[in-house]
Amino acid sequence: MYVAVKGGERAIENAHRLLAHERRGDGKVSEISLDQISGQLSLAVDRVMVEGSLYDRELAALAIKQARGDMIEAIFLLRAFRATLPRFGVTEPADTGRMRVRRRISSTFKDIPGGQVLGPTFDYTHRLLDPQLAEASMPEAPATSEPSPATMPRVTDILGRDGLIESSPQADADTPVGDLTREPLSFPADRDLRLQNLARADEGFVLALGYSSQRGYGRNHPFAGEIRLGEVEVEFMAEDVGFAVPLGSITLTECQMVNQFKGSAAEAPCFTRGYGLAFGQSERKTMSMALVDRSLRARELGEEIVAPAQDEEFVMSHSDNVQATGFVEHLKLPHYVDFQSELGLLRKLRKEFSKAADASPPLREAAE
Amino acid sequence: MNAPAYNFAYLDEQTKRMIRRAILKAIAIPGYQVPFASREMPMPYGWGTGGVQVTAAILGPADVLKVIDQGSDDTTNAISIRKFFAKTAGVATTTSTVDATVIQTRHRIPEATLHGGQVLVYQVPIPEPLRFLEPRETETRRMHALGEYGLMHVKLYEDIAHFGHIATSYAYPVKVNARYVMDPSPTPKFDNPKMDNCPALQLFGAGREKRIYAIPPYTTVVSLDFEDHPFTRYRFDAPCALCGAEDSYLDEIVTDDEGSRMFVCSDTDYCETRQTLGHRGTESAAPHKERPHG
Repeated sequence: MYVAVKGGERAIENAHRLLAHERRGDGKVSEISLDQISGQLSLAVDRVMVEGSLYDRELAALAIKQARGDMIEAIFLLRAFRATLPRFGVTEPADTGRMRVRRRISSTFKDIPGGQVLGPTFDYTHRLLDPQLAEASMPEAPATSEPSPATMPRVTDILGRDGLIESSPQADADTPVGDLTREPLSFPADRDLRLQNLARADEGFVLALGYSSQRGYGRNHPFAGEIRLGEVEVEFMAEDVGFAVPLGSITLTECQMVNQFKGSAAEAPCFTRGYGLAFGQSERKTMSMALVDRSLRARELGEEIVAPAQDEEFVMSHSDNVQATGFVEHLKLPHYVDFQSELGLLRKLRKEFSKAADASPPLREAAE
Repeated sequence: MNAPAYNFAYLDEQTKRMIRRAILKAIAIPGYQVPFASREMPMPYGWGTGGVQVTAAILGPADVLKVIDQGSDDTTNAISIRKFFAKTAGVATTTSTVDATVIQTRHRIPEATLHGGQVLVYQVPIPEPLRFLEPRETETRRMHALGEYGLMHVKLYEDIAHFGHIATSYAYPVKVNARYVMDPSPTPKFDNPKMDNCPALQLFGAGREKRIYAIPPYTTVVSLDFEDHPFTRYRFDAPCALCGAEDSYLDEIVTDDEGSRMFVCSDTDYCETRQTLGHRGTESAAPHKERPHG
């Protein structure tokens, strides 16, 4: 006698219990703390905050711990929490020109006002596994000096003074910046929504698209005008008191790409911009984002759309890893009913095929 | 730490209001896909987030909820969603199609006839019936606006030319209220006729694709076909091995590795109700129940 598949409820409970056990790992090894994740896996925390669209190091660290280090799962956890948060308002535009800079480099000028500041970077390290790190160790204290009194103007602002680069769009109170988490996205999408989409997009996906644009699929001749990392004050316009109140400061990485010129009979040729901005230290993400942002401006700049990186429907519809992983992994769910329907159709077609084959024996080759 | 606190049925009231507006618009324009600002839900996209958001927006404390996946109340995802609402909304749940006021479903329409006042909420993976013919949203929206469905008919015609039949066995396209071509979600085409002139309200939620659409009660729903190739239902030609039903959609169960198979109702509530009424199939020697867990 056949007994229908049952007991799913208990199976789920037991699976989750086993998962919690696996997450903890060997009980003899001390448990990892949120401080340790936040402090020592800080770039992982940064990525989860960026793609999770929520600036909260502690919650991002918790998500990483709960997700057993699976980054997309951690991003998903943070997003699902973020979706339930009430929206009080929108901050003033962050002024990265007033950033307290920890790292700032330009590949377009040898020296710039304020200088090149390497800061904490993997660049120029030799990628040799360090056996000393296998043991507990305390690295040398970092070298220090007096902070430079010089201001650090953005490189694109220096170019902009001579009109060599298109001007940056100004904030306009009459046309508030869109929010694709609050309004359904429709195409064609403007640059504000494209940048929001790219900021939340999967780092690997944006990296690959940016890379494809460098390899000739929608080439746009980029230079890294400037990359800067540091702390920026966030201000909120409090209607009650009538002025902007500082809420605190957040760490941001900004990348401004300087791209091939554009000009017309009426306009003098000038460089164009590609822009990338992300929470924390996210250099790969912001550089890739700036490349793809520039590629996606093809429609606006009258360029022919020939490559995936220039196609906003393609890029924006597939960049979100929480959406992508959900839909790819939903194939794990039962599809018995549809499959049964397909089986029925296929059996019928095969039956008809063999009936037709029996009725008319295959023709012999003329040469035989 | 920012400890989370959740509203009745999980979603905050602003979000529910936004979803209800989309639902009202969808009911006003049967079969039209209304964009809505779908939220991240605590289950993955593609696992019913659209249906869950629609259910969360319409659920009241007095509702009785049934959740099925593949027709069954006992599949893992159905259990997971049912528990989610039992926990976040505290509503009564049931496996009985007749007793439920809201039924969330994936891939099936219950066999028992739905009645007025009930709401059937479908989980939809790809709401756009034209998507596999035209990948661009800007194009497909224009085609719907103009009622330009020639491409779909060409596809169905090509099926007939290649295979002698329309080779779509599930997610079979329908025309709603003689206006919009609509994807019924991946239900087997066996279920299509149940959508026509149905006394219950049918709501469709696609979370990842951010679309809601609806079939109001007693609306005409026609499966696309040709005069010389009329729409036909498919059902494996056998009675259910457990309840003997001749009119229900059947799951195929592989019972060994030597080609033995049996066929049982995919709608578990329908099958169990019939067994309770004394109907028997070839394999139902003794009634079976899940043992209580100690």
